[in-house]
Amino acid sequence: MSNLNFKIIEGTRSAALSIFAHGFRSFLTTLGIIIGVASVIAVVSVVQGFSANITQQFDGMGTNVLNIESYTPRKERLQGVRAKLTYDDYLEIKYRVPGVSNVPPTVRIWGSNAVITYRGQSSSSMIVGTASTYQKLNTVYPERGRFFNLSDDKSRRRVAVLGPSIMSKLDIKGDPIGQHVAVSGEWFKVIGIAEKRGKLFGFDQDDFILLPFSTTRALLGGAEEPDIIVSLQVDEPSQLEQVKQHIKNLLRRNHKLSKDADDDFEIATADQMLDTFDQIVGSTTLVLGGIVGISLLVGGIGIMNIMLVSVTERTREIGIQKALGATRFDILLQFLIEAVFLCLLGGLIGLILGFGAGSLISNLTGLPSATVPAWAIVLSFGFSAGIGLIFGIIPAAKAANLDPIDALRYE
Amino acid sequence: MSKQTIIELRGIAKHYMMGSEGFYALDGIDLDIYLNDYMAVVGSSGSGKSTLMNLLGCLDYPTAGEYKLKGTDVATLDETSLAGIRNREIGFIFQNFNLLPRATALQNVMQPLIYRGLAPAERKQRAEDALAMVGLQDRMTHVPNQLSGGQRQRVAIARALVTEPAILLADEPTGNLDSSTTVEIMALFDQLHSDGQTLIVVTHEQEIAERCHRVITLKDGRLMSDQANKVPVKPLVSGVAAHV
Repeated sequence: MSNLNFKIIEGTRSAALSIFAHGFRSFLTTLGIIIGVASVIAVVSVVQGFSANITQQFDGMGTNVLNIESYTPRKERLQGVRAKLTYDDYLEIKYRVPGVSNVPPTVRIWGSNAVITYRGQSSSSMIVGTASTYQKLNTVYPERGRFFNLSDDKSRRRVAVLGPSIMSKLDIKGDPIGQHVAVSGEWFKVIGIAEKRGKLFGFDQDDFILLPFSTTRALLGGAEEPDIIVSLQVDEPSQLEQVKQHIKNLLRRNHKLSKDADDDFEIATADQMLDTFDQIVGSTTLVLGGIVGISLLVGGIGIMNIMLVSVTERTREIGIQKALGATRFDILLQFLIEAVFLCLLGGLIGLILGFGAGSLISNLTGLPSATVPAWAIVLSFGFSAGIGLIFGIIPAAKAANLDPIDALRYE
Repeated sequence: MSKQTIIELRGIAKHYMMGSEGFYALDGIDLDIYLNDYMAVVGSSGSGKSTLMNLLGCLDYPTAGEYKLKGTDVATLDETSLAGIRNREIGFIFQNFNLLPRATALQNVMQPLIYRGLAPAERKQRAEDALAMVGLQDRMTHVPNQLSGGQRQRVAIARALVTEPAILLADEPTGNLDSSTTVEIMALFDQLHSDGQTLIVVTHEQEIAERCHRVITLKDGRLMSDQANKVPVKPLVSGVAAHV
């Protein structure tokens, strides 16, 4: 209906006029909405940026990848018991489980043993001993040089692939390929530099050194058998559950677990990890959303309050409008548009501030860059408009129901 | 030549309760208003002039009696239809102008056309024409406080005329104006009358009433007299049209 369109356009114009006529007051009025929307957008943009980054990393792993790790329940851990996946477990999985390929064993060493030195500089970094297939499963590719291969592993060569952060930590100048670094006192030749992955939760993901698995085992000596993480790729995604069951039976037998004992290992798929992560992100967003919802509610009450003041102030104007032939609906529409306009304006300012704050937080903490998903923008504007409607309706109805004669006499 | 009736009032009464006592602001008014009437409503304050204006302007309901506007019984209409009548049939002119303070002269004059739902281009055209008619074509972008009292009242008259109403209701239109501006406004009214407009002017100034062709007198809510000015007086100042 074109009549209504003209009225809405006119209402918007007059709303803009009256909002900007009291610029500072309007700003203070919408502050609640501004802060509410800004915090939603800041939180969502940081969480989403973070989440997009994680998802990307999981995507690299593929959906048919299994990770098998030892697992010690907390109670037993306190008693000093430590579950472990041994090299024999690894070999059993690799050779006895059908339908799997790319099965790298991985040992991780950190703490006092994990010290890398180079020309007097030293760095405590994570040492990862693994096989050449590790790069396929974890998408760690060398930016320069090469990854170690099967023969490096077989002949226990002392070669290493460095995470890019090590370069600066050890102050390696010039071409690092072919230089030597010391790991736990043994010399390793650098054969490759991995691609940069950046920071996650403030943790440097590029602070590692990769060594061939057999070399690492030899480095640790025979003192204690290391706890191994086994990764593998299931050839047929449809066989995933069967492969999991197979591994589970095999490990339970190996570990001589009685029927009612819990598993002392965990088999996780990338999908499962992603699901868990998504759940965490989801519930965090929900809780923060609730808090923000309260702030928007308070903002809405602020809007209602000032709209009521504005109706009183403009009583006479409303009387004039009614004398000129404005219907109740015309007046109602005018004040509703004004409330919604005010809220949308607050929403827009909040959106800009929130995105700014999100970007700032990401930059300061080294989290992945903030992204604002379309649904968050739509949601904030929708919510702002909704608040305008809900909290505008009482003042608008008050204005619409004014008696024209009383309103005209109002001083 | 029979005169065409625009407004018929029969036994109109308006009763108010003030605390426990009631009183009649209007009490049994019978009145016919014809096309192109130029009528003054006079009476002391409290005589019911303003109440009559509000009833005629469909801003208020009578408590008794019948009000027919162009044959329609107003009592049967709902709030929205009354707003429509105010918009199409009535043009209000107030003593204190009642312009929207933040809107320009043009926007003020366009205002009633918004409620009629006209397209912006047509609103603008009609408002410009109305402002030109009252001689304000070069003041269209001024806001009310940039205009003199006479100019403000002329904006208000343009606003009342822009809807081409059946009747123009002026409530003490010159009450806030000095005498020379009063002359200008009354000359404008004379002009409108001779163009065929129906005008009702509430006033307590004898000179204004004498210029109208018909004068009704109210007292305590009753119609005391209804007489035609036999000899329409000549203009207060000759050639006033030049002022407007």
